Amino acid sequence: MAATKDLDIKVEYVTRVEGHGNIVANVKNGKIEKCEFHVVETPRLFEGMLRGRSIFEAQHITSRICGICSCGHSLASVAAAEDALGVTPTEQTIKLRKLLLDYEFLDSHVLHAFLLVAPDALGVPSFVPLVATHNKTVRQILRLKKAVNDVCDILVGRHTHPITMIAGGWTKLPSPKEIDRQIEIMEGMTAELEPLLKLAKTLKLPNFHRETEYVALVSDDGEYPMLLGDIGSSEGKRVSRKEYRKSTNEFIDPRSSAKFTKWNKDSLFVGALARFNLNYDKLHPKAKAYAKEIGLKPVCHNPFMNTMAQVVEIIHCYHHALAILKDLKKHGLDYSQQITVGVNEKGSVPVRAGDGVGSVEVPRGILHHNYVTDKDGMIKAANCIIPTNQNVNNIEHDFAKFLPEILNLKKDEIRLHLEMLVRAYDPCISCSAHYLDVSFVE
Amino acid sequence: MKTAKKDTKAPAKAPKAAAKPKVAFFDFASCEGCQLQMTNLGELLLDILGAVDVVEFREAISEKWDKDYDVVFIEGSIGDHHAEERLKKIRARAKVLIAYGACACTGGVNGMKNGFELDEIRQSVYGKDYKLFDSTPTRAIDQVVKVDYYINGCPVYPPEIIEVVKHALRGLPYTVPDNPVCSECKLNENVCMYERGVACLGPWTKAGCNSWCVNNGNICYGCRGEVKNPAKNAAKDVISKYNLKPELITKKFEMYNKCKEGAK
Repeated sequence: MAATKDLDIKVEYVTRVEGHGNIVANVKNGKIEKCEFHVVETPRLFEGMLRGRSIFEAQHITSRICGICSCGHSLASVAAAEDALGVTPTEQTIKLRKLLLDYEFLDSHVLHAFLLVAPDALGVPSFVPLVATHNKTVRQILRLKKAVNDVCDILVGRHTHPITMIAGGWTKLPSPKEIDRQIEIMEGMTAELEPLLKLAKTLKLPNFHRETEYVALVSDDGEYPMLLGDIGSSEGKRVSRKEYRKSTNEFIDPRSSAKFTKWNKDSLFVGALARFNLNYDKLHPKAKAYAKEIGLKPVCHNPFMNTMAQVVEIIHCYHHALAILKDLKKHGLDYSQQITVGVNEKGSVPVRAGDGVGSVEVPRGILHHNYVTDKDGMIKAANCIIPTNQNVNNIEHDFAKFLPEILNLKKDEIRLHLEMLVRAYDPCISCSAHYLDVSFVE
Repeated sequence: MKTAKKDTKAPAKAPKAAAKPKVAFFDFASCEGCQLQMTNLGELLLDILGAVDVVEFREAISEKWDKDYDVVFIEGSIGDHHAEERLKKIRARAKVLIAYGACACTGGVNGMKNGFELDEIRQSVYGKDYKLFDSTPTRAIDQVVKVDYYINGCPVYPPEIIEVVKHALRGLPYTVPDNPVCSECKLNENVCMYERGVACLGPWTKAGCNSWCVNNGNICYGCRGEVKNPAKNAAKDVISKYNLKPELITKKFEMYNKCKEGAK
């Protein structure tokens, strides 16, 4: 097929956190006039609404920013709140939070890599037709999803909007029986996980490369950093979480209600591929072995491989979570650490005026929460920087390089490739990306 | 109230010859966690998918389905002009409309926006460019269009999803429990949060969640909305017995119920 000389693409779909996202691409006489990724949301104004609320309500409220990453938001929120209050979480609390974050990664990556990307591997538009044609695979995915959801329910009361994990510690700790139950469910997952990991190897992804800046947590210890660490960059920069604004540099673009970000280059990438590129050495040996098998090694500049980096992280988090559970079983829990806080009516947590930051890796990339509080622990100002927003600018830069490379493809293939590129970022819109409505006007 | 578990054998299954009900799903301002609760049903989701015909999952394909819907799920609240128009268009084509989750039923946490002067809160987030982003006070779905069924909660409680879906597909009325969360909490033998020294919204909040949060050592945040006829005297007793400021309760209640303030 001859090169497409004129092209007018408009892709409209509903996003998860950001409401609507649109792709607009205009090509005239083989020259790209416009290739943009717009995010047009109903502003929910969380940062504004937090003002005047108790710092002890921040976790509950900000969890509601995103139902998919609610545990991730909760973890960033409690870190920021404790930083503002000057509270140091106990070792046990940290351990349980790391376990929760492993579950969050498992849940989100399973949903994205298997339920949403498997249709690509199997050549169908969404998972719905797979119910009929690949019933066994769909059931495996749903069972796996349910299993992760079940362990999460046991740990934090429920996966969507966790109940027990709050600023200051835990309102309810899992009993020894519940630790055993989590181990049992986790060990039982392999029946579903193994065949799906095999399936993921067959996924064919476009060969596209663009050098960009990768940003993720980095640390000095040997653990793959997800909950704790500094903010690091593939450009060799490293700042503490207190200086997170240096790494995000938000700017507003009138086209989009998401704020754009950049650091040392024109755009930056956060997410599984950034973590993989920066912290490969610290992955679990089995995760590394899988990466080797599929030919994924750092530094990888192909954004499509973000999905495969997620699969690698599934393996890592699975083993990391099991190790924590077995450690908890061996050493037991200190139940005297269970707390009742509310909005601190009893004054059980010492309160001070503060400015706290929580930076946590969540499935889609690094997430920052920042709260300024007064002496009574009431929030005066809040700032939340979400991974998807940090990636929007990078997606646009990818488009600018990718579209000219695929202009000789058929229209349907161009559409599919643009869809797949957006989907690779797992930008909280992946579900809908399978239902993109693309219209070409020539 | 304890309802459908895994033994649900889809009693409402339509005969093979009959067309399955056309079901659509739309999200407005929300975290979409309630939608996620559907996938958290695991294989039970396949039973639901077997009983219905999902014609839309997102706004994206709305133009493609140009006939009426039998049942629509609306997630999220209404907070800009475009959303209002879109919701009205959906309602016009829907035989049955289900408000799905707290944001849809009561405005949810989005309602906290209404506690601020609108331009001020917009400016606090977007700075001087705030006018680029349309924003109206938050409204629950029934403050814009007629609602036929409510599935309350933030997030929705899975057994109740199944229960309401079964009722809606059969055209039967479903009544949201109008007793307070305390009634379930007592049966679960939780130590009262007031006895533990913190204020809980259980006495004023609609039951139906099996006192989910209190079972897990946290307070009730009022996400299911206020009971129609709260026991005002009992509430006064609670407030005075535990020596609380009424403002403390009011402030907590505003987290989920600011939109419906004063409305019954």
